Amino acid sequence: MINWFKFASPASFYPLAGKLWPWFAALATAFCAAGLWISFFVAPTDFQQGEGYRIIFIHVPASWMSMFIYCVMAFWAAIGITFNTRLSGMMSAALAPTGALFAFLSLWTGALWGKPMWGAWWVWDARLTSELILFFLYLGYIALTSAIDDPRRADKAGAIVALVGVVNVPIIYFSVKWWNTLHQGASVSLTKAPSMATTMLWGMLLMALAFWMYSIAMSLYRVRAIILEREHHAGWVAELPEMQR
Amino acid sequence: MKPRQKRLAIVVGGLAAIGIAAALILNAFQSNLVFFFTPTQVASGEAPQGRPFRIGGLVKEGSLQRTDITARFVVTDTAKEIPVSYKGILPDLFSEGKGVVAQGSIGPDGLFTASEVLAKHDENYMPPEAQAAVDKAHEASRTLKQ
Repeated sequence: MINWFKFASPASFYPLAGKLWPWFAALATAFCAAGLWISFFVAPTDFQQGEGYRIIFIHVPASWMSMFIYCVMAFWAAIGITFNTRLSGMMSAALAPTGALFAFLSLWTGALWGKPMWGAWWVWDARLTSELILFFLYLGYIALTSAIDDPRRADKAGAIVALVGVVNVPIIYFSVKWWNTLHQGASVSLTKAPSMATTMLWGMLLMALAFWMYSIAMSLYRVRAIILEREHHAGWVAELPEMQR
Repeated sequence: MKPRQKRLAIVVGGLAAIGIAAALILNAFQSNLVFFFTPTQVASGEAPQGRPFRIGGLVKEGSLQRTDITARFVVTDTAKEIPVSYKGILPDLFSEGKGVVAQGSIGPDGLFTASEVLAKHDENYMPPEAQAAVDKAHEASRTLKQ
């Protein structure tokens, strides 16, 4: 049985994250190479949209990731408030920039797709608007936590933003079901067979895996920097081999 | 109750309260959150009166007529239909039998004059060969019925 609480201490999580992140980064590169190869060279042209549909290989995984990362931030926020663990706040803070990046990617690639396919860069339908709110929630989280000097208080304030904002995630996901939207419904969902060709689906799932690995690698890498910054007074930091030089 | 359990209860209770508040707000604004109205909703008077709104549905097969740059077509939700006229360039994905969203207003004669037409794409992605096979199957079942 692994004692999980051992890794709740920054001193023991720091070396673990250092060992893990290169593996995830390598996996991200491998999945991304395979996914892009399928996306551009293997997947067939769409019967209606031609080559332009290939944007979904970035757009859909980025949108999934932007929603999922917010849920993970909310999870760490709940843990942080409940157990008063320092590492949870640091994990939230490490995830936020990656989440914001994916939310932006989702909006930007969506606009690039929307112009040729719909005939508009942007429309104020429920799906697009709620994803834009998610992007602003990420920016709000980053701005709020960096505006407060005391890291523990910054974590508390950020945790509340993360928890309040998490109600937006199901709204984004179900918006295309609950209301008439210009955005189409889900092509891939847990409840029905995917409505897309198998090679296209593989390309998209590989890209989604690549984004997962990238997010894990980046958040571990970033949390190490945050740990060092916040714990630089602690004795264990001074004893690190990389501090001996 | 330990302080830890108390804090967990606050988090869970807070989330539930926010969730319920969000559900009530969204429910209250239901009619403002729809991007377009279907021809059936327009027929039953649910669409706003006296200001532009959007209608959405399928372009009826065989209804598209072009004269110069004015396009006329019929939007249908298979129950009700609205004739639409639009002056301008139609998006690439616009075609008969596919989804469309048009913004504009409806005249006293029931003709919807659109100022903007957007193609609504569906969630189906497949190669052209697969689409040809689907069409063929439809054709076959049609001839079988006859």
